[in-house]
Amino acid sequence: MSTSGPRRSGPRRSGPGISAGDRRRHTTVVVIGAGHAGLAMSRCLTERSIDHVLLERGAVANSWRTERWDSLRLLTPNWQTRLPGHRYRGHDPDGYMTVPQVVDFLDTYAAAVDAPVETNTAVRSVRRHSDGFVVGTSEGDWRCRSVVVASGACNRAAVPDAAARLPGDIVSLTPLEYRRPDQLPDGGVLVAGGSATGIQLADEIHRSGRPVTLAVGGHVRVPRTYRGHDIMSWLDAVGILGERYDEVDDPERVRRLPSFQLVGSPERTTIDLNSLRALGVRVVGRVAGIADGTMQFSGSLRNQCALADLKLRRLLDTIDEWVDGCWLDGVPPPPPRPTPTVVDDDPLLTLRLGSGEIRSVIWATGYRPDLSWLHLPVFDRASRLRHDGGITDVPGLYLLGLPFLRRRKSTLIDGAGDDARELSAHLAATLAGASATHWTARGA
Amino acid sequence: MTIDEITQPGTADNGIDIDFLRSARDMLTAQPEAAAFEWRVRNTWVNGTHSTSVCRDFHGLAAEQEHRSTFIFDTDHPEIFASADNGATPTEVVLAALAGCLTAGVAAVAQQRDIQLRSVSAEVVATSDVRGVLGIDPDIRNGFSRVDVTYAIDADATDDDIRALVAQSQKRSAVFDIVTNPTNVAVDVR
Ligand SMILES: Cc1cc2nc3c(=O)[nH]c(=O)nc-3n(C[C@H](O)[C@H](O)[C@H](O)COP(=O)(O)OP(=O)(O)OC[C@H]3O[C@@H](n4cnc5c(N)ncnc54)[C@H](O)[C@@H]3O)c2cc1C
Repeated sequence: MSTSGPRRSGPRRSGPGISAGDRRRHTTVVVIGAGHAGLAMSRCLTERSIDHVLLERGAVANSWRTERWDSLRLLTPNWQTRLPGHRYRGHDPDGYMTVPQVVDFLDTYAAAVDAPVETNTAVRSVRRHSDGFVVGTSEGDWRCRSVVVASGACNRAAVPDAAARLPGDIVSLTPLEYRRPDQLPDGGVLVAGGSATGIQLADEIHRSGRPVTLAVGGHVRVPRTYRGHDIMSWLDAVGILGERYDEVDDPERVRRLPSFQLVGSPERTTIDLNSLRALGVRVVGRVAGIADGTMQFSGSLRNQCALADLKLRRLLDTIDEWVDGCWLDGVPPPPPRPTPTVVDDDPLLTLRLGSGEIRSVIWATGYRPDLSWLHLPVFDRASRLRHDGGITDVPGLYLLGLPFLRRRKSTLIDGAGDDARELSAHLAATLAGASATHWTARGA
Repeated sequence: MTIDEITQPGTADNGIDIDFLRSARDMLTAQPEAAAFEWRVRNTWVNGTHSTSVCRDFHGLAAEQEHRSTFIFDTDHPEIFASADNGATPTEVVLAALAGCLTAGVAAVAQQRDIQLRSVSAEVVATSDVRGVLGIDPDIRNGFSRVDVTYAIDADATDDDIRALVAQSQKRSAVFDIVTNPTNVAVDVR
């Protein structure tokens, strides 16, 4: 792996004529965030010789350094951990990286692509300025022609309103704060949310001796492996991960889909509601509210499980049809379909919070980006970002790394490459177009 | 996961105007204020446990609306409770509403997925322990202890496709949501 010396950590002077202490600096493109998405964009811009800087509030891979729990491994296999010009080259392509390994991977990538990262630089505002932008940061302003927002899709935990009515003596945590089970008091734990985060935490916390109640709404059930291969290989092969936003009926609906119920473990375990139930986890409907010190669970659990089972069978049928259509050799025949999700005859609907049974709650109810510093008219009435595959209505402003931005895999590490390549091409064309106009205007 | 809603023009006709539903969806996406509906029922005591509920007008699509005609529902209690049995019990009306909502959903989703329905029927069975309403045991709730809805559907579709219709209909049903999730209810006196 080629490295180019230590990563820059101090402010980089980006052009002649800027004296030390001048806090107003210029560049062509400001990329906000040095996670994998920002780094992939940096590599694409460098390839096009477009001058840019990455502004990062912490260090490269900050989210992985500061916001992940200890036992977490990627749920995507090593072969899928790839970015433009860089991929996993170890001996275990089917394994799953630990968080320190992800940090290492991204550090190596940043060095390999010589990403101009300004660390410890928090972006506080982005505003329009003449034909470009002013990016206000904790370290002064940057002027630029274009901005790429790559600050992450998971900066905040989306916590239901009911959380505010939790009695004060019950510990309440989001997955961004959770590190390990012994951070929690002894006694019962309610994990709200049955997607990747929720099932992983429910499994590890229950095994720590704290009885878990798992509140489950809509979820996407998939097995870790199918017909001899990782499910991610199949999702990739049949084209589901690469499905584009302009190919589906209702991208907004897909953007709201929860993550796959998956865990990356050396044993390639499948965690689903059946495995959790067998472990002793109590599965209930989604948290519907808290009233008079009682938590209420939706009565829709049975249907949520029926929907997930139906979608699972449809997915496996799609894979089987694809295999049949390709005459693939050496693929084992389809195993029996996974056992339908077992739902208690009488799932719990209410739980008295004062009884002492539940001592802590973890809200694994999803993540949201934090774009409170983006002062530009790119939000709709529901405060959702308006964009066409990452291209906003504000010329020169781009988004990267958001759910189903351009493809189903857009938030995955493996999704950044294609998106960054396409958006950097658009960005380059916009810059070229703008300077052409500028030139004509001046020439006239 | 794969394509959820098939949208090419189809041949199925379940009496649902799918183009209208699609355009309404687009319209309400652009004009969310028109999506604010207000439903009204006027209830009058007749005698004993008998009362009548009248549905006539409602508000929606940013205007006052009226049903084609006035609908009247009588509710009462059965003779075993020494009542006159002039109507279904209010609890049965809830079940009728649940089934009515789910069946409408089945038809709409089937239309959207181009599935021709030949017959749809549902049996709704709810259990409750009336010691709750009679105040005999405070640990027993007033409402249902369980509701079972069983559909029999004859359609041009596989068993899984039919199950998916019923599942999707629950996901989109107002009354299913009303029955399975808590609602803030304010009862006042004027
Ligand atoms: C628990 C969890 C598990 C995941 N597992 C996988 C997996 O197995 N495989 C996979 O492919 N994906 C996974 N993802 C999804 C995704 O890969 C990660 O969320 C990844 O971190 C996103 O990369 P990113 O570059 O888009 O954003 P981030 O990694 O979040 O990078 C954004 C960067 O921007 C910085 N930043 C944010 N705001 C500002 C600001 N105002 N000013 C300056 N800097 C700012 C942050 O510090 C951060 O370094 C997982 C996500 C989560 C939450």
